[in-house]
Amino acid sequence: MAMTGILRPGHVQLRVLDIDEAVTHYCDNMGLIETDRDDQGRVYLKCWDEHDKFSVVLEPSDSSGMNHMAFKVRTEQDLWRFESNVKNFGVETTRIPAEELNGCGERVSFVAPGGHRFDLYAEKESVGNGIPTTNPAPWSEDTVGMKAIRFDHCLLYGDDHDEEVRFFVEALEFELSEQVVDGEMQIAAFLSCSTKAHDIAFIRHGEPGKLHHASFLLGSWEQVLRAADIISMKDIPLDVGPTRHGLTRGMTIYYFDPSGNRNEVFAEDSYRYPDSPVLTWTADNSGQAIFYHSRTLVESFMGVVS
Amino acid sequence: MTHTITITDTEETFSCRETQHLLAGMMQLGKKGIPVGCRGGGCGVCKIHILCGTYETKKMSRVRITEQEENAGTLLACRVFPKSDIQLQVLGHLNDAVNTTKA
Repeated sequence: MAMTGILRPGHVQLRVLDIDEAVTHYCDNMGLIETDRDDQGRVYLKCWDEHDKFSVVLEPSDSSGMNHMAFKVRTEQDLWRFESNVKNFGVETTRIPAEELNGCGERVSFVAPGGHRFDLYAEKESVGNGIPTTNPAPWSEDTVGMKAIRFDHCLLYGDDHDEEVRFFVEALEFELSEQVVDGEMQIAAFLSCSTKAHDIAFIRHGEPGKLHHASFLLGSWEQVLRAADIISMKDIPLDVGPTRHGLTRGMTIYYFDPSGNRNEVFAEDSYRYPDSPVLTWTADNSGQAIFYHSRTLVESFMGVVS
Repeated sequence: MTHTITITDTEETFSCRETQHLLAGMMQLGKKGIPVGCRGGGCGVCKIHILCGTYETKKMSRVRITEQEENAGTLLACRVFPKSDIQLQVLGHLNDAVNTTKA
């Protein structure tokens, strides 16, 4: 069966302190492609293998962090159905008119219980991935740096973890794929709306609305190592890696954009089906769950958010 | 050009080039636990207070440093570039690392 309802993370709008430094980082270092700018100074980017016009919006701001994350739903009927689900959960919604972001259809916007803003939309202008749809080539020649394939997921820290996870499961129809638990208390939840190991993840935290990282897919472990080379060559602040996660099995490296927003590039993670069991890691083994090789938690990785 | 930075709490000094941010200089002290976070002015873990000296700054997230704090010399070490010798105090997480860990 094809995917229904919410299809995927569609875009993330990140606040940046210096727009030129941010564009250099995301385009020259990571390989995203600039597709538009607007009169608010926002810059629209996509990864090479994405067809829709943008998956990252960089917003000039005096603070760092995430403005919102948006999911694409399959049809307009789905959009109104989820709007109703969200309201029925007790979360207020607003509608944002089409073209408030260039090329994006009407959005349903709301703040989830952990203090993060999410938008849903059904339509976005398609600009293609630079490869013909008939007899396509396997990859685009027009990409540089880490050659990120797609915007994949975010990990968010919020102050009402249990309600935010319940909201995603009950109102937005995500499924729990993996979790970290301390006795009865859930520390981390990895949630999927697809066959991916996660489309979004949440970690229990004291402050509302924080971004831990925005993540982008690469093609292989070799590409992750190449990203590590670029991080050193370009003097990008490294956080952790390259290594493997126990959670989701992904091969990964973490670093920061010039405004202190953490990025991940990763490859070769796990997958799930609706009948897959939930995988559980126990808090006493959280070192291995997070960094499978060193089995040691890293203070900056656990505590630093934007 | 290189300047001498003094942490007044411990009387320790380190040298820092004008092109290098204070956190990069401080990392050369080799102390365990100096909270190196995002190094982009976004996460707020490397808070310091400048007592005297001249410097240039890059933008810091207003969520972490208010305008009043910035005007009073309370800054993030990763966004401060020295233009003279500087005396500073370390705050918050950074204070814990600098003042409790032996070099």
